[in-house]
Amino acid sequence: MTKRETAICTVDDPVIRVDGLRLFYGESEALKGITMGIPRKQVTALIGPSGCGKSTLLRCFNRMNDLVDGVRITGGIRIDADEITDPALDVIELRRRVGMVFQKSNPFPKSIYENVVYGLRIAGVSKRTALDEAVEKSLRGAGLWEEAKDRLHESALGLSGGQMQRLCIARAIAVNPEVILMDEPCSALDPRSTARVEELIGELRKDYSIVIVTHNMQQASRVSDYTAFLYVGELVEYAPTTELFTAPLVKQTEDYITGRFG
Amino acid sequence: MKKTTNSLQRGEPFIWMGGAALALILLTVILMLGVVLANGAGAFWPARLSLLELKDGSRVLGEVTRRQAETPHSAERLQIRVGNRDMYGADFRWIETTAIKAESYPPDAVWAERMEHGPFIGFVKTETKSGAAAMIVLADASGREKTLTAGQVVRLYRPNAMSFQAKFGLYLARLWELLSGQPREANTEGGLLPAIIGTVMMVFLMSIFAFPLGVMTAVYLREYAKDGWAVRGVRIAVNNLAGIPSIVYGIFGLGFFVYGVGAGIDRLFFADKLPTPTWGTGGILWASLTLSLLTVPVVIVATEEALGAIPPGVRQASLALGATPLQTLTRVLLPMASPGIMTGFILAMARAAGEVAPLMLTGVVKLAPSLPLDGSFPFVHLDRKFMHLGFHIYDVGFQSPNVEASRPMVFMTTLLLLAIVLVMSGTAVWLRNRMRKRYAGGAF
Ligand SMILES: Nc1ncnc2c1ncn2[C@@H]1O[C@H](COP(=O)(O)OP(=O)(O)OP(=O)(O)O)[C@@H](O)[C@H]1O
Ligand SMILES: [Mg+2]
Repeated sequence: MTKRETAICTVDDPVIRVDGLRLFYGESEALKGITMGIPRKQVTALIGPSGCGKSTLLRCFNRMNDLVDGVRITGGIRIDADEITDPALDVIELRRRVGMVFQKSNPFPKSIYENVVYGLRIAGVSKRTALDEAVEKSLRGAGLWEEAKDRLHESALGLSGGQMQRLCIARAIAVNPEVILMDEPCSALDPRSTARVEELIGELRKDYSIVIVTHNMQQASRVSDYTAFLYVGELVEYAPTTELFTAPLVKQTEDYITGRFG
Repeated sequence: MKKTTNSLQRGEPFIWMGGAALALILLTVILMLGVVLANGAGAFWPARLSLLELKDGSRVLGEVTRRQAETPHSAERLQIRVGNRDMYGADFRWIETTAIKAESYPPDAVWAERMEHGPFIGFVKTETKSGAAAMIVLADASGREKTLTAGQVVRLYRPNAMSFQAKFGLYLARLWELLSGQPREANTEGGLLPAIIGTVMMVFLMSIFAFPLGVMTAVYLREYAKDGWAVRGVRIAVNNLAGIPSIVYGIFGLGFFVYGVGAGIDRLFFADKLPTPTWGTGGILWASLTLSLLTVPVVIVATEEALGAIPPGVRQASLALGATPLQTLTRVLLPMASPGIMTGFILAMARAAGEVAPLMLTGVVKLAPSLPLDGSFPFVHLDRKFMHLGFHIYDVGFQSPNVEASRPMVFMTTLLLLAIVLVMSGTAVWLRNRMRKRYAGGAF
């Protein structure tokens, strides 16, 4: 393996290109100039100590930061050719292209079926056959079909924690996004459910570009192709996962992944 | 194991105090219901008629309604409902027990409910049954006669000779008359149908106004308004609106709706009828609007609480799936908040049904010539004055010329009002439970 020259690698044909991104919560700067490319149909892990800005960066990709008062952004983020920091951009459209799975599973208090088709329904799809098809496809995609097919019209709140999280993944992929953002999707799950979700991520990368935030080094190394290490709002090191974990260039990265701080 | 906590630390006294407080509340409620039930429910039961022969030779026939024990000022005495108001001038009479020589219960004693002047209590002398011109001659205990036409008699029965089933049948018939009949005799007898319709319709109209207004205000406050001093001020104002005496709402309703809006409508559209007001006088619309102002804070507070209790994750999930804030609101937030909103709605409804003071200024009357709901176009007449059970209680209980005789009516009206509130809020509770089942587990 050739020795890397730079701590931050460049990605060919990225699905998301972040360019000098700075983000302020009021006066405090949470992201201090981040430049990176998110590779297409690969899994990118964001790691770093608590409060370093992983979630903040992730939420920039689908503009969920808009919900926070007093957020200011400079720099650029492009998805394919579209500048998404542009205030005139259709946020609704963006969020259909960039789905999100949260740390705490958050199904709607509706049936499993209605949870999955929620995104489609609000997008105006109402044909029964199309919805049925999407439900089966998404639930299969999320590895939940076998468990849920006989109880599609029962409340989603009757599912186990792990099943709920997979339902949330199914709900996200039902609208057929390009990118799926996952913010610590396994931190509330037991080891077996975690394994299921990790397995699922491995399958989803065939069709989707995935960005995942995780605090679990093993998980990052197991599921991701690229890993970015953030530290107090800065991108310290970004490289293919195996390289970053086996041969970190920066001392801070090495300390973090070996558990010496953070 | 070492015992490290005493009963105070474990909080036992608080549990006891809480239990005692609950018991006290329950007791008060049961007591109040008991008083109303005891006084009201028995009112229609055909009472036994006693014939008292007094030592001075006179005879008195009537129902013993009360027995007053001896006091330093008076001997033991009985209160007798003797009826025949047109002949005696009063329905009731007090008789000292020492003055009574003998008491009997003649099976042929009759109680005749009349259209006017209350019941006639006495005996049948002669009866001529010949169709419409049927006449009946009655005599009281001392033999004074009274001739009544069939049209003047509502019903005539001999309570001392009736079997239990017959009494029960009569009881049901009178109950039915109460629910379905028109009032008689300055409201002290007859039915309550106009008041029932007025009450239900007023609460219904109030809901139509208060519900959307309250929910929309709460949604705006919680979901759209930027949290600042203005919003906080509005919130404080809304919470404190509940502390304003309801009569003030009545005055506001009278000034704003009746004299302001109503009179304005009259000048614009009903000028040819002036000075007779059409809308510029109290009516069921103005009363309902006034009451909806009174109850809307409850709906606002309940809706805000319910929306605030929804976990933020659900909101984010919806937005992250590309839903607009409005779609999130209508498809996720409002359904999830609906049980809480219903709770506010139930409270508002119960409050509105029991409120009297503001109505007296804005449209309630003692006796409405026509119902606000009838068969003539346009069927719903929002400009009409109406009758109301709450006002009925006040009117019959305190304004009637014959308070003692109308007492059962007051309690029956109270019971009926309670029953109506119970039915309405029961329906709402049932609805809420269904919603709860559907959207259960909003917090997880
Ligand atoms: N809504 C907000 N308003 C103000 N400051 C915020 C907000 N959200 C995050 N921050 C700040 O921005 C910084 C980055 O937060 P962020 O949530 O992105 O961290 P994180 O890396 O995801 O941490 P964790 O691993 O604990 O989830 C933190 O210092 C945090 O205090
Ligand atoms: Mg985070």
